[in-house]
Amino acid sequence: MNQSISAAEELAALTAHDASCRLAEGTVSSVQLTQLMLDRIAASQNNAFITVNPKALEEAAAADARRQKGEARGPLDGIPMALKDNISTQGLRTTCASRMLAEFVPPYSATVARRLSEAGCVLLGKLNMDEFAMGSTSENSYFGPVRNPRDPQRIAGGSSGGSAAAVAENLAYFTLGSDTGGSVRQPAAMCGVMGMKPTYGRISRYGVVAFASSLDQIGPITKDAQDCALVLNAIAGKDPYDGSSLMNPLPDYLDALKDGAAGLRIGIPKEYMGEGISEEVRMAVERVAGLLEAQGAIVETCSLPRTEYALSAYYVISSAEACSNLGRYDGVKYGYRTQAYANLAEMIEKTRSEGFGDEVKRRILLGTYTLSAGYFDAYYKRAQQARTLIMEDFRKVFRQYDVLLTPTSPVTAWALGQKHANPLEIYAMDVCTVSVNVAGLPALSLPCGTDSQGLPIGAQFIANTLGEAVLLRAAAAAEKGGKA
Amino acid sequence: MDEFKTVIGLEVHAELDTKSKIYCGCTTEFGGDENTHVCPVCSGMPGVLPMLNRKVVEYCVKAGLALNCAINPYSRQDRKHYFYPDLPKAFQTSQFDQPLCLNGYVDIVAGGQPKRIGITRIHIEEDAGKLIHGADQTRVDYNRCGVPLIEIVTEPDFENSAQVHAFLEALREILLYTEVSNCKMEEGSLRCDVNLSIHREGEPFGTRTEMKNLNSFSAAAAAVEYEAQRQRRVVLGGGKISQDTLRWDDEAGYNYVMRSKEDADEYFYFPEPDIMPMVLSEGYIERIRKTLPELPAKRRERYVQVMGLPMYDAQLLTVSKFISDFFDRTVAAGAQPKAVSNFIMGDITRLLNERGLAPEKVPIQPDAMAELLDLISKGVISNSMGSKVIEIMFEETKSPADIVRERGMAQVSDAGAIRGMCEQVIAENPKIVADYKGGKVKAITALVGQVMKMSRGKANPAMVNQLLEELLK
Repeated sequence: MNQSISAAEELAALTAHDASCRLAEGTVSSVQLTQLMLDRIAASQNNAFITVNPKALEEAAAADARRQKGEARGPLDGIPMALKDNISTQGLRTTCASRMLAEFVPPYSATVARRLSEAGCVLLGKLNMDEFAMGSTSENSYFGPVRNPRDPQRIAGGSSGGSAAAVAENLAYFTLGSDTGGSVRQPAAMCGVMGMKPTYGRISRYGVVAFASSLDQIGPITKDAQDCALVLNAIAGKDPYDGSSLMNPLPDYLDALKDGAAGLRIGIPKEYMGEGISEEVRMAVERVAGLLEAQGAIVETCSLPRTEYALSAYYVISSAEACSNLGRYDGVKYGYRTQAYANLAEMIEKTRSEGFGDEVKRRILLGTYTLSAGYFDAYYKRAQQARTLIMEDFRKVFRQYDVLLTPTSPVTAWALGQKHANPLEIYAMDVCTVSVNVAGLPALSLPCGTDSQGLPIGAQFIANTLGEAVLLRAAAAAEKGGKA
Repeated sequence: MDEFKTVIGLEVHAELDTKSKIYCGCTTEFGGDENTHVCPVCSGMPGVLPMLNRKVVEYCVKAGLALNCAINPYSRQDRKHYFYPDLPKAFQTSQFDQPLCLNGYVDIVAGGQPKRIGITRIHIEEDAGKLIHGADQTRVDYNRCGVPLIEIVTEPDFENSAQVHAFLEALREILLYTEVSNCKMEEGSLRCDVNLSIHREGEPFGTRTEMKNLNSFSAAAAAVEYEAQRQRRVVLGGGKISQDTLRWDDEAGYNYVMRSKEDADEYFYFPEPDIMPMVLSEGYIERIRKTLPELPAKRRERYVQVMGLPMYDAQLLTVSKFISDFFDRTVAAGAQPKAVSNFIMGDITRLLNERGLAPEKVPIQPDAMAELLDLISKGVISNSMGSKVIEIMFEETKSPADIVRERGMAQVSDAGAIRGMCEQVIAENPKIVADYKGGKVKAITALVGQVMKMSRGKANPAMVNQLLEELLK
């Protein structure tokens, strides 16, 4: 292997904060970093990207020009990144990996896209995903499945599979995904990178194509905790366009990284370590506990007794909201419209039959059923009651613990196509992540080694409302312990 | 009278007169080129979120208080789902089981009889867009999408079209006085749906039909008459009323079935997850209550009972809140109520009409109006000279006293000067004088006219009359 290739490999593998240092030193330019990423994206076989931004190099040149004039905007200025394809980008198509929006170019940008652009980031392009973020494998894409860079015969996880795979393959210095039931954390775990789902309302959802409004939250996928803090600093905070975004003051998330694990009270809920969790995953999570304990953390077993209701409540609520949110794709205003139709009703029916994939239709049907008169109380209302109980569980344990430690996914990445026959089996794989969305809490998936086949394992930290800093503190301490 | 009783309930939609739409900053202005008052939010682009306009809540609460409702301290929005191209999100954000206002009433008088109409609820929601049907295609205009509405639902308290008409008039007045809606029917700012059924005395209510598209009060009254008769014919003919939604054709004067019960909609209501619940404090509600103006019915009562005006005057004065306020402020500045009323109903109305001005455009301040009336009551100018002064006040922003002084319009009450003019007129008009003396008492008015003309309107007419009578004895 010649030296220039390995130098490029080394440059591509940098964290965002290290790349930022190189930019600040002037040893590399944003154009160079961007060109490097574009070349790697073009060469990649893993289908992480749906669309490459034709203006990426232009944005990079602008960042370099700013820096030369001494007007660099901050640590992310000139850093190439990419966005999940359900985050609206003005002038650049935003497909949600659906035939329905395959040619849709938004007339406005999501708040997170705007904030990253204002921070000086270079947008490389838009990332593959499960259609409308519905799925846990990134196989439900109109543009074909995402392959796991660690083993291309396996899934990358989902629904933000492209976002996780791109970071794992060094195709972007960081990415954003969206997390409705684990869609940032689970693919991050399966691809061996870090993924955070912040508190509901910490990051604006404006411009993020809605799947389940009361559960959706944007989250960064990064190579380490420091990058996660940097990105969070850039995108978190109140947005006048999102009534559910929180007004609470923003800490500097970088501060949390230094605090170490000493005195940290960590609970391991027993419901998350029992049946269905693979032995290798359990051991990896226990190793993380051991690392933190060695640094002075207090680790104990605790209990979240209502955990068993979370999965059902999640699928009822998310499907109901999805069926409502996806009504607007009717062929009238934008997106796909069927070729031939005799009247309005037929146009809408055929457009939706042809424009949506199977998994999306399954969720719409489920949602329609649970919202129907006569079934509403039995399903939606009870799911909301379960939601309250699950929140109560968490409130109780957080009186005793700063952070909870669990697996992110019960198993490591499975083979592409393996579970197609049984959607319920795939739904069950969300068991470790959905409670967090149902309760609106922040959580983070930390890469914590590999199984015997070399496949990445993720450990999940869960914190109380607005506890992002504690998550970063625990993750940074575990990273340090892992290296030592 | 026949053996049937008619039972009627109304659902009235009023567009709120806010500057911006209910969930975005777009203008609510009527008209505009197609799809020019739109943004990603109100046109339902993927990924957008609603931001509730606080004014909408305030206006709805204000309307609720004016209509004697209880205000719900905890209220919520819900999504009402249906597919139609004028509804870009495929759901209308509305309120289902937790509306803002509950249990109110409006007192009306119809056919000389007082009647209380119950208000079941008032809730906020967004308006839909408009379809524009062309020869070979249909276009959608989203300008009206997201314009805030309140839906006012009444109890089934109406028995006839006169009550419906009186209620709509009273409601319109209240919404105008509270400045919640401009109530422009021609712009669709006020729309009415009618639910109607008939039954025989002592029997349970019959099956009801719903009539939509009633865009004027007279259309609502006509539709009620028509439908009540139609249902009687059906029942008397041995038929059954089916629970249909009917569309009223105002030009043709009949209704036709829009949809029948079989395809009755299911709306899949569920709580709007993107808008936080509305929690209204007592203080907030009381602050709004303090902004309520005195309502027109109360004003009429005061005008008649306290000020002693005829009901006719009270009716005309309260047609516009601006005029009624103008009247009250002029009286407060010291003018005689009946004198103010006469000028408003006479000269001011005439001058507004001649100029095609709305009542709010009266260019006269109440203080100036009171000053003018003071000049008249003190005999400085005559009543008819007052009319001329008002006309000038419509054009120039000068005080009435200045106008009178600058133009020498003050009344002449100097007996010597008037006597001289009277003697001259008597000398110059021997024929009229002869008529008068021959018994034609009315001939004197011709002589008075001559004197007034000679004085260019300034002579005190009462004195002229008196002096002429004296001289002709």
